[in-house]
Amino acid sequence: MNVRQPKPRPVPAGDKKAAAPKTLILVCESTACASSKSAEIRAALEEEVVRLGLTDRIEVGFTGCHGFCQRGPIVVVEPEGIFYCQVKPDDANEIAESHLAGGEPVKRLFYRHPVTKEAVPRYEDIVFYKNQQRLILRNCGAVNPEKIEDFEDRGGYRALEKVVTSMTPEQVVEEVKRSGLRGRGGAGFPTWYKWDVCRRQPGVEKYVICNANESSPGAFMDRSLLEADPHTVIEGLAILGYAVGAFRGFIYCRAEYSLAAKRARTAVEQAYKKTYLGTKVLGSKFHFEVEVFEGGGTFVSGEETALLSSLEGSRSMPRSRPPFPAVKGLWGKPTIIDNIKTLACVPSIVSRGADWFASIGTPGSPGTAVFALTGKIANSGIAEVPMGTPLSTLIYEIGGGIPSKKSLKAVQVGGPSGGFLPGGKIEIPLDFDSLQAAGSIMGSSGIMVMDEDTCMVDAARTFLSFVQSESCGKCVACRVGTRHIVGLLDKIAAGQGTEEDLVKLEKLGRIVQNSSLCGLGQTAPIPVLTALKYFRSEFIAHVVDKRCPAAVCRELVTFRILPDRCTGCQMCVKVCPTKAISGPRSQAHNLDQSKCIKCRACYEVCKFDAVAGEAIVIVS
Amino acid sequence: MAVLMADAVQHNIRERRKGLLPLLKKVQETDGYLSRETVRLISRKLRVSENDIYGVATFYPQFRFQPPGKHHIQVCLGNACHVGGAPNFMMAMKIEKNLRHGETTPDRKFSLEGVGCLGCCAMAPVIVVNNEVHGRMNRVTFMRLVESLDPPEKPS
Repeated sequence: MNVRQPKPRPVPAGDKKAAAPKTLILVCESTACASSKSAEIRAALEEEVVRLGLTDRIEVGFTGCHGFCQRGPIVVVEPEGIFYCQVKPDDANEIAESHLAGGEPVKRLFYRHPVTKEAVPRYEDIVFYKNQQRLILRNCGAVNPEKIEDFEDRGGYRALEKVVTSMTPEQVVEEVKRSGLRGRGGAGFPTWYKWDVCRRQPGVEKYVICNANESSPGAFMDRSLLEADPHTVIEGLAILGYAVGAFRGFIYCRAEYSLAAKRARTAVEQAYKKTYLGTKVLGSKFHFEVEVFEGGGTFVSGEETALLSSLEGSRSMPRSRPPFPAVKGLWGKPTIIDNIKTLACVPSIVSRGADWFASIGTPGSPGTAVFALTGKIANSGIAEVPMGTPLSTLIYEIGGGIPSKKSLKAVQVGGPSGGFLPGGKIEIPLDFDSLQAAGSIMGSSGIMVMDEDTCMVDAARTFLSFVQSESCGKCVACRVGTRHIVGLLDKIAAGQGTEEDLVKLEKLGRIVQNSSLCGLGQTAPIPVLTALKYFRSEFIAHVVDKRCPAAVCRELVTFRILPDRCTGCQMCVKVCPTKAISGPRSQAHNLDQSKCIKCRACYEVCKFDAVAGEAIVIVS
Repeated sequence: MAVLMADAVQHNIRERRKGLLPLLKKVQETDGYLSRETVRLISRKLRVSENDIYGVATFYPQFRFQPPGKHHIQVCLGNACHVGGAPNFMMAMKIEKNLRHGETTPDRKFSLEGVGCLGCCAMAPVIVVNNEVHGRMNRVTFMRLVESLDPPEKPS
């Protein structure tokens, strides 16, 4: 590598040998980090590097998501692997002067272990990353997503080359079959089976679609994958196209993810230029085109047949199956719709072999799974672990446990329509079959951790209202059923429920589960049913004792001011919309319960304002 | 020959129809909303009935039919943000500005929208003001943010 080139190619992060001459400082520029001004940080770093005259040995670059968005913006210095988190634009000066020029890393910006408070300077020593095995996300945070060369340096497009030059479509399908790859979209359907059905269909007009419509709240790995490593997805899609004999592919991206769509488009353009896509892929006879399509941003569009309707320019409503899309899909032609994570697995299966892939994870669910950890957890972000890893490992080791010394109450696995698992059940291995046996689903692989401050009635109500508002309205069971479930939960949360309502909830839940048309309705009642199964006592407290043990449900709690903690700052007096709080400055305030509308304004002000002393409490 | 012709016609119709959603999205990006006139225009251009276009556009929550305010505030109501207290932001806007989901203030300064997950769950709760993402909000910082958008005029 010639250092004097005006713009030398950056050294790939994993390649330690060639890395000696140049130091790379990489700023994460994904949606989450960008919201904390990572573009400004990069600009400031560039300026500093120029000012200090370090341009010939230091290059400032950017990458996609590292998955540890909670600690963003993230800046990594390679090849040392120093990991800075929560960097501010003002810190650029210190990083440049102390670390880049002086060789002394800035300790202040190191990641600190949530419990031991010990500073961890290096990327791979951080617990969040140490216990992960990255296969789907292997390039995330390591390559510049807008530079195809970075990706090629890490072995990108070699699998496609192998496929088009030395394999027949049958061999590709066979390889995927031997790997045991199952769809990462949630249902875990054997991927090869769909491919094989589609491959056998007559006709030349076939389509392949990458499903990146991730609208499930609490899951953001599809966004992060497409933003950080769009080329792997394109490669996977092209291999799929070759295997089934399709010449046209779509990447269906969610409308809200504008950055992901933009990066995907750039990547597609670059791939065309390098003949990885186009009329003659890598000089072979294989013709393949890819188009990025921005969907309408509805949850139901992630359902494969609803996605097809949306792509055809209609309301995205699911269709009844059979015929399956592999037989009759987009515009009535055989179509394969695979989740973005499934497709990201495909290139490694081809290049490293099916046996290697099958050796990871469990026999029933080989490979790895990507989970989005959110909620009341110390390290929230995206983690990839082999299938079959116990949930407790994910929460206590990678996730770092529950913050603020609270105890774990429930974990919801699988996005808004996943089931709640109680704290005692977290030893469960995370794979398709074990989760199903426990009454939950893999779903969108979002993991939401809830501590003792969460009310299960309220949580179930939140998820059900989400699914209810996202119901497309095509079938009665889902449209009317979910509405009634939300109604019943509202009633219970307001303290007007009876024990009979709990029985009704269970019955209604099963009806919706059994008679809905698509996966949305079939999984919608799972949160309620599992909450009733594992946390029945809490529902009983709501309907019989008329109290909310976690002090969340508005109608069942009262607000109190603790006189000995009140500093008399009058912040709450100012925000109270009904003038229920009164009291002179510097003296404990009074709260008139008859005027209180329980809007929480005073509580939040008291909790977050620096002067106030957390004097307002909510009691049940 | 006739079969080939029919195929070509069908192909054109499909592509036109497929272009509907991206077109609506583009229009909303530039105009801020879908007005009756633009929908009529799109209907003529794509040869899809207005009825059909409204049918599609109203299905997707991202499309608006009213012009947004000068400051368009989107509150993420996804699970993580909900647990983090996002519904309180909607409540606060209702109390402070008498603004509900999908509404615009009479002076056209603010509009409020509760949206589904924005995919920044690790930074919950998240607010988007004029396409700029603000993470880790609480009621105090949220109200300060809203006030900073429209500073009360200083008495001169």
